[in-house]
Amino acid sequence: MEKLVFDPRILMASLYVFALAAFLGYQIISRVPPLLHTPLMSATNALSAISVVGAIVMAGRENHHSISTYLGFIAVISASINVVGGFLITDRMLKMFKRDVRVKTADKKGNSK
Amino acid sequence: MNIYIEITYLAASILFVFGLKGLTHPDSARRGMLLAAAGMTAAIVGTLFHPEIVRYHWIWIGLLIGGVIGAAMSIWMPMTSMPERTALSHAFGALAAALVGIAEYENYGGSMGKLKVGALGFEIMLGCLTFTGSLIAFGKLYGVVKGTPITFKGLNIFNMGLLAVMIGSFIYLAYDPSVAVAFYTMMTLALCFGVLLVIPIGAADMPVVMSLLNSYAGLAAAATGFVLGNNVLIIAGTLDGFSGFILSVLMCRAMNRSINNVLFGAFGSVSHTAADTAIGNMREVTLEDVAVQLAYAKQVVFVPGYGMATAQAQHAVRDLANLLEARGVSVKFGIHPVAGRMPGHMNVLLAEANVPYSVLYEMDQINPDLPRTDVAVVIGANDVVNPDARDNPGSPIAGMPIIEVDRAKSVVVLKRGTGKGFSGLENPLFFKPVTGMLYGDAKSSITGLAQAVREV
Repeated sequence: MEKLVFDPRILMASLYVFALAAFLGYQIISRVPPLLHTPLMSATNALSAISVVGAIVMAGRENHHSISTYLGFIAVISASINVVGGFLITDRMLKMFKRDVRVKTADKKGNSK
Repeated sequence: MNIYIEITYLAASILFVFGLKGLTHPDSARRGMLLAAAGMTAAIVGTLFHPEIVRYHWIWIGLLIGGVIGAAMSIWMPMTSMPERTALSHAFGALAAALVGIAEYENYGGSMGKLKVGALGFEIMLGCLTFTGSLIAFGKLYGVVKGTPITFKGLNIFNMGLLAVMIGSFIYLAYDPSVAVAFYTMMTLALCFGVLLVIPIGAADMPVVMSLLNSYAGLAAAATGFVLGNNVLIIAGTLDGFSGFILSVLMCRAMNRSINNVLFGAFGSVSHTAADTAIGNMREVTLEDVAVQLAYAKQVVFVPGYGMATAQAQHAVRDLANLLEARGVSVKFGIHPVAGRMPGHMNVLLAEANVPYSVLYEMDQINPDLPRTDVAVVIGANDVVNPDARDNPGSPIAGMPIIEVDRAKSVVVLKRGTGKGFSGLENPLFFKPVTGMLYGDAKSSITGLAQAVREV
């Protein structure tokens, strides 16, 4: 049974996690090149679909009202669309980014294949 | 709380951070995302052993339906539809967070503590407004909702009022968590607010809106983490929230506008008096002229915009670039941060067409190169190359950094017709003596150019 009232110590610990994650996120993400901004958006979108874990518990546990189970069920669907879709499309995009696919003829002066 | 489940969550958090770290370079990006996906799988599998779970059928069915839809969307969605897909996925993410919150309130309602209900309120408000806001953004990108700003007199005041009532019900709820009316009022108003927040924004400002919605969806997930006391949710949600926030700031900077101005300015609907002063004639050029110019150039810079995406011209552009390179022309691409409808939109399209990322240059890298460039080819871009932003302090886009194609020795603008661009602004670039206009659909123009270059 999860706690319905915030233990202030847990709230503080959660705030610490939040602050550190925010700092870490800022440090890492400001170094992502504009080249990869679209994959970055779909990747972070897939990550935040981790709310699927909350949805799974909601859909599977003994709820006071069955409506909660159904809401949890819909939440599982929409979150898992993002989990599966987000990772797959990010990979599909990243696969396309290649450093060099052709021989640079300009640099090699007639030495092209 | 089961310690083993907690360990999978910890592992997931660490793998997520490594995954994002991978995205700082295209070579390490795929491996990074693989790690993140492994983390996600671990967290989901771990959760399936949660002691409170008593029946599994809803979980399996839900995961199956969601997985199939998600996989289908990502396999068959064309790359030009990335902005639409992203808007939809923001909506799904926000919906999931909001529904978990509503279910939580349905379960415990009045017996929740005040702080807990406070966190729940954030989750519901952010989740609901992101859900409807993202759906409207999707509608605008897909063309179901009018792309131009839809606004009415007093909209901002109306929004402020709505926001005030929403926050009022939130405070009331936190004061007395058992008042379900306050909860549902807050929820309904958040749903309305999401719609009203996005409809007055023009489609050209979509990069900012997409980034902001990305941020809100992440923060909604983080708030879910606070409510459920789940750290991996807080971490992943916060990373997402900050990523969206950073992107919004970058996009706003690339337009020299504040977030407030984008959200409440209804850009593009105002009448421009100062801008309509561009005079002179536009010089129309033929395919053959341009082909000769390109074929004998030393350096050519392509500047793509949303027009390239709508015309699906990226593959044709790659063919033309290959032909030119084979002739010894140095080909580069100059990409403005807000070109297209979402951050990085142009890069993905060109990568899809097999253009190597080593020839994709950011605005600040390409600008010093332009005076040495023989021909700059603008493909369906307008505002991002509008010299008024630099020269005319009275212009509505004054101060916006641009790709300075007018400094190149010669400019060719590919444009569908003689009309004004998306923002309705006059673009003096089109009237400059160095500029030649090539009218027609971008894809057929580029294909025609490639044909003509072959014959030169």
